[in-house]
Amino acid sequence: MNPFHHALRIRKEICIGCSRCMRVCPTEALRVIDGKATLHPEWCIDCGECFNVCPVRAIVVEDDDIAKIFRYKHRILLIPSVFFAQFEEKLTLDAIKGILYDMGFTELCTVEQGADLLVDEINRYVAEFNGEKPVISSYCPAVVRLIQVRFPSFADRVMRLIPPLEITAQYYRSEYEKNGVPLEDVGIFYVTPCAAKIAAIKAPVGGYVSPINGVINMSELYNKVFLAYKQKGTSENEHCTLIHSSLSSVGVRWPTTGGEAAIIQDRALAIDSMPNVIEFLERLENEEIKGVDFLELRACDMSCCGGILVQGNRFLIKERIDKMAEELPKKHMLDQKFRNVCSGYIPMDPVEPRAMIKYHADFTIALQRMEEARRLLRRLPDIDCGACGAPSCEALADDIVCNRATMEHCVILHAHQADPEMMEKIWGKKRFIKK
Amino acid sequence: MDLSFQIQGGDFTSAGTASSQVRRTLKELGVDASVIKRVVVALYEAEVNIVAHAYRGLITAEIKPDQVFMKLIDEGPGIADIEKAMTPGFSTASQEVREMGFGAGMGLPNICRNADVFNIHSVPGKGTTVEITIQIK
Repeated sequence: MNPFHHALRIRKEICIGCSRCMRVCPTEALRVIDGKATLHPEWCIDCGECFNVCPVRAIVVEDDDIAKIFRYKHRILLIPSVFFAQFEEKLTLDAIKGILYDMGFTELCTVEQGADLLVDEINRYVAEFNGEKPVISSYCPAVVRLIQVRFPSFADRVMRLIPPLEITAQYYRSEYEKNGVPLEDVGIFYVTPCAAKIAAIKAPVGGYVSPINGVINMSELYNKVFLAYKQKGTSENEHCTLIHSSLSSVGVRWPTTGGEAAIIQDRALAIDSMPNVIEFLERLENEEIKGVDFLELRACDMSCCGGILVQGNRFLIKERIDKMAEELPKKHMLDQKFRNVCSGYIPMDPVEPRAMIKYHADFTIALQRMEEARRLLRRLPDIDCGACGAPSCEALADDIVCNRATMEHCVILHAHQADPEMMEKIWGKKRFIKK
Repeated sequence: MDLSFQIQGGDFTSAGTASSQVRRTLKELGVDASVIKRVVVALYEAEVNIVAHAYRGLITAEIKPDQVFMKLIDEGPGIADIEKAMTPGFSTASQEVREMGFGAGMGLPNICRNADVFNIHSVPGKGTTVEITIQIK
């Protein structure tokens, strides 16, 4: 399996090379080359920050076509609670379910059914963990990938328990198997709020193989459901399983910020959005943070409510999820069955570190290159304009010493040469003195 | 690769800047995480010592192909009895400070434990110089 399977792809024919994506990439995995955004596949963590800022939709999510479901006799759709929370209240849960059945799905299941089982498992895991704490949640695949690439020394702290989605998928596969259904007839599909979850299913970490057969883009499915509702109104097709009653308040809140931390008995923190997560992990690396037992880290602002494929405002979605939670029991009715079926599936192997090689794998060469890069940096203008095609002056200096760019790429130095007076009027004389 | 940092006594807001920068540099160079951790623990401890006890100081870190050499020179009250200061558990901190979780008397022993070579020299009334060497390979 390709370890760098990415769920995000740049459509070069559409990309206008505006560099917006390059500026927001948390691993500096993007450059503009020949007028197009170009991805460094080993550094990309599928967080989708680039997707969010692209003004021309040149970045696409590599999902599966809905038509793929008809390859299977049993077509199971795993739906996260944020999917329902996207719709206004007048489009009821029953109406949404009816429309989805009309589309050809044969069973609808809520993803967070798997969360209840994890409550005891995580607490036991944290209590018995004999490595260095905090234990870091394995829930958000973009965070897991961020740790592999940018914080490889924390890879062994990532909780070795599979997330609720995979527990639920394992449960339904086992149920069909138990009832004598041939597994090639069972198609398990997942509606994803983000790109990272696609990468996590197609190229999972920790020696795990996902039973999920296909991933459907949430924004596409939202549009299909909403269109069906606008054109045909609510469906009569309501022969469905009871989604609501097999979900708990704990489960439904799981994808929101604090949903996991709330159930941890020891000291736990919940942190969302990429810059906040990075800041905290850096502080942890600086040995500044002590005594935290568990970290719930989510790449998106407001966690999955702010997923890149989620329609609507993340704060309103969170509000709707909280409202759903108020009407639900603390444990769902399938809880005991889940325990019986899934307990054996929950552990996974350690997450492998995948450190970025910035300068060179050989330390002596790396040291020489870094020193050279620091020397070059003193000549660069230090305004991180991005006009050279790299996200910062520092990144350009690094690219130069790794033979991926030259000093000629610096547009500001060219402009200063052409018209020193004008450039110094804007940026000051001092900036152009060679130090 | 040489890095240097000016430290101001009493400026706890900036304490940790030197160890953070050195950590980042070593990480970018691909140094083993367990080595980085020892550097960070030792340097952070020594850096905070300057902030907590001295008036001002200068930290230099020299990264060579085989080792990291760090020198911390401060102007401050100095340490009268270094041997005593090196004893685990010995602390000049008041009971009040200890109750806050600081001043456990593990500062210098902790630096020493993480360093491959550790030197300390102090002149009471003038200041203290600490040298820490940690092997990279």
